[in-house]
Amino acid sequence: MAKRKNKSKPSPSPPPTSLSDFPWPLSSSPPLATVATICLFSLLVRVIVSLGPYSGQGTPPKFGDYEAQRHWMEITLHLSPSDWYRNSSDNDLLYWGLDYPPLSAYQSRVHGLILNASLPESVALRTSRGFESHASKLAMRWTVLLSDLAVFFPAALYFLWAYSRSNSGEMRSLMWLLSMILLNPCLVLIDHGHFQYNCISLGLTLGAVAAIFSNNDIVGSILFTLAINHKQMSLYYAPAFFGHLLGKCFKRNYSILHVMKLGFVVMATFALVWWPYIHSLEPFLEVVSRLAPFERGIYEDYVANFWCGTSVFIKWKRLFTVEPLKLISLSFTVLAFLPSLVQQVKYPSNLGFLYALMNSSFSFYLFSFQVHEKSILLPLLPASLLALEEPQLYSWFIHYALLSMYPLICRDKLILQYIASLGLFLLVFYSPDRAGMKRSQLYYKNLIWLVPLLGSVVLHVVYLLMKPPEKYPYLFEALMMLLSFSQFVFFTFYSNVKQWKLSWSNSGKKDV
Amino acid sequence: MASTATKSPPRATFTAAAWIFSVATCIKLLLIPAYRSTDFEVHRHWLALTSSLPIRQWYLDTSSIWTLDYPPLFAHFSYLLSLPASLFDPAITSLSSDGIHTPGTVLYLRLTAALSDISLFIATYRLLTTSRRSLFTLVLILWSPSLFIVDHVHFQYNGFLVGIFMLSLGFLEEGKDLAGGFVFAVLLCSKHLFLVAAPFYFVYLLRHYCKGGFFRGFGRLVIMGMAVGAVLAASFGPFLYYGQIKQVFSRLFPFGRGLCHAYWAPNIWVFYILLDKGLAFAFTKLGFNVETPAASFTGGLVGDSSPFSVLPQVTPIVTFILVLLSMSPCLIKVFKNPQPRHVVRWVAYTCTCGFMFGWHVHEKASLHFTVPLAAVAMNSLDDAKHFFLLSIVSCYSLFPLLYEPQEYPIRLLLLLTYAFLMWVGFSSHFAPAKKNGLVGWISGLYLVGIASVELYGQFFHPYLFENKLPFLPLILVSFICAIGMVYSWLWQLIYIMRHT
Repeated sequence: MAKRKNKSKPSPSPPPTSLSDFPWPLSSSPPLATVATICLFSLLVRVIVSLGPYSGQGTPPKFGDYEAQRHWMEITLHLSPSDWYRNSSDNDLLYWGLDYPPLSAYQSRVHGLILNASLPESVALRTSRGFESHASKLAMRWTVLLSDLAVFFPAALYFLWAYSRSNSGEMRSLMWLLSMILLNPCLVLIDHGHFQYNCISLGLTLGAVAAIFSNNDIVGSILFTLAINHKQMSLYYAPAFFGHLLGKCFKRNYSILHVMKLGFVVMATFALVWWPYIHSLEPFLEVVSRLAPFERGIYEDYVANFWCGTSVFIKWKRLFTVEPLKLISLSFTVLAFLPSLVQQVKYPSNLGFLYALMNSSFSFYLFSFQVHEKSILLPLLPASLLALEEPQLYSWFIHYALLSMYPLICRDKLILQYIASLGLFLLVFYSPDRAGMKRSQLYYKNLIWLVPLLGSVVLHVVYLLMKPPEKYPYLFEALMMLLSFSQFVFFTFYSNVKQWKLSWSNSGKKDV
Repeated sequence: MASTATKSPPRATFTAAAWIFSVATCIKLLLIPAYRSTDFEVHRHWLALTSSLPIRQWYLDTSSIWTLDYPPLFAHFSYLLSLPASLFDPAITSLSSDGIHTPGTVLYLRLTAALSDISLFIATYRLLTTSRRSLFTLVLILWSPSLFIVDHVHFQYNGFLVGIFMLSLGFLEEGKDLAGGFVFAVLLCSKHLFLVAAPFYFVYLLRHYCKGGFFRGFGRLVIMGMAVGAVLAASFGPFLYYGQIKQVFSRLFPFGRGLCHAYWAPNIWVFYILLDKGLAFAFTKLGFNVETPAASFTGGLVGDSSPFSVLPQVTPIVTFILVLLSMSPCLIKVFKNPQPRHVVRWVAYTCTCGFMFGWHVHEKASLHFTVPLAAVAMNSLDDAKHFFLLSIVSCYSLFPLLYEPQEYPIRLLLLLTYAFLMWVGFSSHFAPAKKNGLVGWISGLYLVGIASVELYGQFFHPYLFENKLPFLPLILVSFICAIGMVYSWLWQLIYIMRHT
């Protein structure tokens, strides 16, 4: 909690009459201890959020994501890798079959080993289905916490270091940025409340971004490939990585050589991760078919994207079969990320790269096939990295990302955690220093901002207290989805324009 | 820092203070589902008790084993809290001997604990604005990990009570002695453990308030006596009227409790018991016949039987005399020259004495001097160094309260975050701290000792002994914390002798 304070306080030239130095003067606060305080506090928040219930707690027979992860541990622990993605008497793919790439499976196996050492009955083959106990909840929560600590936290620090080298920011703003990245309420709620391991794939992506910021393109490629291999959703970022790295290679001599080098690194990483499945075609295709569940339809539940948002007026599912829908959604997605991709190929820059990451992940979130509401975490990551450049956008985005996940949070009974982590985020965001005051002034002046904000607050309360009319049982979900969708579309336009503006105003100047 | 804080407009200071409080409140909200001790049911029962029974029944009722053992004003506070309780869950105010742990009950009681901390906020904010204190003082008090652990996990209302205590101290500092005395009387009638500070209040008010000649002084004595008497009458009067005063006092001061609590509070008696054990062991080895007492400390059972086998028995009177004796240097100083600016130190010292030598002291009582000392922690580098160590020791000594594995990372992270926060705050405030270090090599070694005790208790002990000797890690915690407490006690004593 303290951290944001120190970060924002220590302004280098404190104006005498304001509270800009609250509570510490910048020059003398030790940076390492400050970083440690922020990290410890973020860990504390995660731990106490994890006191809450997890998805599907006590709801047989299907349970939720918690059971999925536990089941994967069970499968990967007891079966050989070749059987992980194959239907068998021990592995009923209809019951939470593994549908993430091999790296996720390996991670499940490692965590399964940990659980097996302390609570073997919680991951016993077949008999452990739906296993729930206080001790196993704790152990499972620990695996997420340790993954977060092992992947996301170091990546965030690496990014901070890389960022501070390419942008000469004051320490207080850097500390603020670190807390913005670590205290992202959506990520904390989904990983440590709902129960998932987004911290690993997002952490690997963050590490890749940091590596590319510090010109370690090879390390960056490896890390990003690993991210894709942990969750295929990381492909949302692929156009940005591709465009940025390609653009960077073109700027060098022997660009083809550089492109080939990176291509080789990516292929080699893929080969390594997929080793058990690439000896023949059949197992490879088995895995691939698990990763792309087209049969589940173009959208599920109420996700705030284009297909679901427009389905209020156009019944996509009725108008088209799956095949043409695939093609349409693919072309829409490509069209949406193309401008940003082209910009990065032509004018690769660190800042532009961050915008590109947001634009490409937004294009996938809005237009691609089978998107989950949790996928909003992907565009949210680059938005958090841009928090210093676009503070308004980030806090605005957090509001609507949270709103889009609100029905999910309510289902998981995490409302208390939702309120408290949103509260903490807002408090950190508007810390009572000079910069925080400025942020809050900008924010609330504009009526265009206030109306949807009011709408979202009303929806939050109404959803909790009122029953929807019988004729439209999902009326409130639909309204929340539409509101979030409208904002997301706006963000996408805005950040695409911002990305292109970068190259118009000072093309090439910001290149590193 | 202090200067800029006071220079900045009051509104900005208030915003910052409210910000600090709000952050703490968010953490408290997140702690709602955490482990609760039986104290939760105790306080829940008191809500039910005070709302469903008339006053004359309050101290007679035995419908639950958690009988009312706080003074009457706290019972009135419980009654106040019971009024809106049925909005959350009507079960909260139902008299039943089984614990009630419905979600509504937990939410409501946790919220009352979080909201009643507003008294601490008001008191510390007053301390901030009436004297030149830095905002970091507020951080030190409102984010105290000990308060989070005791109030918002274990469950009690210490933040609220310490807030009243700080309010009284603030009044004394400003020279508003009458208000200070009045508020202290209210506090005493809410929680009688603060009685240890009474000798100080008596001497200080006598010398500082009742001065200026015989008549004027006597007149003021009467005024103060009336103010304090009114509070006492309001709280104890009804019971005097019903003829229950003996019953009330037997509840407030239960006899038959041992010298130490099941888990030894880190005070001087830890050394005494250990010495006794050591001597008994040595004598047995040498062939003497040593009677082993029935109620052994290490068994965690402490009755009124005599627990010492070699050393002389300790009686409540002995502890009482020791407490007064240890306070006396400070009381003499107060008597000679009562100065408002030293009030916080003096009070903290008297509370420390009560903690070090008192009878049946709870580990939670260390809050009564750790929190006030935060108010002077920013005065000098020496103060900061002392507070740094003391707050770590005090918080660490509370660790055994949260013994469940779920809360393990919470207590650890609370303490570590706070320690690093203090480091950042102190070393940026006191520039020389960077050169000399906030922690000297002795205290550094001591902190390493705490870390090793923690590592031993968590990892090596279960590995070596499995489930045997479950009290050994606790004894180690008491022992190492007692060393720190003795240091803090001596440090405070020396400081008071030299500087006040």
